Amino acid sequence: MKKLSKTLRSTLSTYALIIIAFIVVQVLMGADLISNSLQGQLVPICAYVCLAVSLNLVVGISGELSLGHAGFMSVGAFTGVIVAACLARAGVEAELVLFVVSAVAGALVAGIVGLLVGIPVMRLRGDYLAIVTLAFGEIIKNLLNNFYIGVDNAGLHFSMQNSSSLGMEQGTIIVNGPQGAVGIDKISTFVGGVVLVLITVAVVLNLMHSRSGRAIMAVRDNRIAAESVGINVTKYRLMAFAVASALAGAAGVLYAMNYSTIIPSQFDFNTSILILVYVVLGGMGNIRGSIIAAAFLTVLPELLRAINDYRMLIYAVVLILVMVVPNLKAYQRLVDMVRVRILKRDAAEQAPAAAEGGEGHE
Amino acid sequence: MSKLTDFGKARRETTKMVPVPSHSIMPERDLGQAPALECLHLGIDFGGLKAVDDFNITVGKTEICGLIGPNGAGKTTVFNLLTKVYQPTRGTIMVDGQDTAGMSPARVNQLGVARTFQNIRLFDTLTVEENVRIGLHNQVKSGMVSDILRLPRFWKAERDFHEKALWYLDIFDMAKYADWTAGSLPYGAQRRLEIVRALATGPKLLLLDEPAAGMNPSETAELMENIVKIRNMFNIAIMLIEHDMNLVMNICEGICVLNFGKIIAKGTPEEIQQNPQVIEAYLGAGAHQGEKGGEAA
Repeated sequence: MKKLSKTLRSTLSTYALIIIAFIVVQVLMGADLISNSLQGQLVPICAYVCLAVSLNLVVGISGELSLGHAGFMSVGAFTGVIVAACLARAGVEAELVLFVVSAVAGALVAGIVGLLVGIPVMRLRGDYLAIVTLAFGEIIKNLLNNFYIGVDNAGLHFSMQNSSSLGMEQGTIIVNGPQGAVGIDKISTFVGGVVLVLITVAVVLNLMHSRSGRAIMAVRDNRIAAESVGINVTKYRLMAFAVASALAGAAGVLYAMNYSTIIPSQFDFNTSILILVYVVLGGMGNIRGSIIAAAFLTVLPELLRAINDYRMLIYAVVLILVMVVPNLKAYQRLVDMVRVRILKRDAAEQAPAAAEGGEGHE
Repeated sequence: MSKLTDFGKARRETTKMVPVPSHSIMPERDLGQAPALECLHLGIDFGGLKAVDDFNITVGKTEICGLIGPNGAGKTTVFNLLTKVYQPTRGTIMVDGQDTAGMSPARVNQLGVARTFQNIRLFDTLTVEENVRIGLHNQVKSGMVSDILRLPRFWKAERDFHEKALWYLDIFDMAKYADWTAGSLPYGAQRRLEIVRALATGPKLLLLDEPAAGMNPSETAELMENIVKIRNMFNIAIMLIEHDMNLVMNICEGICVLNFGKIIAKGTPEEIQQNPQVIEAYLGAGAHQGEKGGEAA
């Protein structure tokens, strides 16, 4: 019972963190204390938080190193843009409806692509899996580079040659090959982003603390033992991968709808690594850590704009320090000291409580 | 030894699927019932090495059976074959009358084979209760969608998981450890937890790989009581690998001795103790004084 309340406490504090951060930002915006450039970063921050949390499901909870997360993000982004454009053409004007429908569509398509990619990829393990996911990420990017999609009164048109071969009359081009999607309705809002973050976190945390999630963690901790208790290893690795892909797809829609143009090469290997950095920095399997790391590392370059010439240098130094310091002996000793102190305090608090419990009816 | 090998060879040469007479000393209570486990001509090669060859055994429905032999005899390999960690090169494994050919380890467990490991394999970062809950994975059902959306089915499953996990932990008086991280348990408790986790999968045949390794005599005595207790409680067959001859001779009803991947003797504890081939395998040819007998004793 005590343990249950501990997980519950940690879950609630994660939600509380998101909501408090949201309120603080709203208050600061009301007081006009946030610069314009930072305001422009609010939606991307939410998107990156979603991506980091979803990648944590694969890397931290399922224990597989995936280097192609940006690929699923782009699948979601382009699906969302196409769906939104079609709906807008069909006369749907309510931005909320547009956003929700395209986010759901983006998540679904990215989830299905994740499942299809996952079936061959999940036959592999460790480094091999990492390299193949990297390859799939690049394949998705290059495929999208060759997609030409347009819509007119007759419906959707698709080509892989060029935009003029779409054969449209008075239609609009939605995706134009390497030039990407143009003329996107900028319907992403900060509120929508925060809601998506909450949904993503809820999905990951709910999955983690359930039968399926325990099976996923069992496979991570000890594959042979997991098999020996009757867990279908492939199924649960695939489940984590597909769910994470779907969540990345939804985050991709959020990200895309914040700009008027997106191009496939935005979602390249560098983006995948960036998301991975958030996960590693925040701690494998630590959802709250991913949220904080993603937000912090997206905001940091903006905050450093004042010293523009050095900002990437400082960013790099901070990154190195954050990775190195926790591994230093002196730092670990300090943490241990603090932890022992807290434990002692907790024990002192719990001792009388335990004594009471022993005498009571329990 | 030559006599036994010739026997096996002759049978292999004649036909592969001749009904083999019962190879075990089935306790009378199991007579007339399908055996929990039946192996016919089971074998596996690693390259040119026949790690296990012509392994025939029948384990009765509620029998406690010992698998012994010198180090490197292939005992754990047999367990890995039975649980399909390795796919056998040849031969048949029947669990509760069903052929397990081509099954995955997970499927074999669902059919009723559970095991513990020589080097403990717990889910170290998870709690004791979560470890047992994972063992209960196929006993309590709830799907991904109800898990994510927290539908009523999820809550019902979690309640079931909690109740059953504590019930299983109570068998070995371990409910008090429920909230501990599995990796932080004392060694003996980790071994017990592995047995609990295996039992939670609802097996018909429980394989224990050196359950008494690293235990002191009083812990071993407790373990012996527990093994008999779970057999009587669940009415299951138990097969165990063990070097502690005191344990094996006291609780096993049938014993099978393995050397260089082949069965060299089968019988009751009394028969095995007097078998000259077993003595030779453990002590070396011509070892009358038992100079190197420390390990076997």
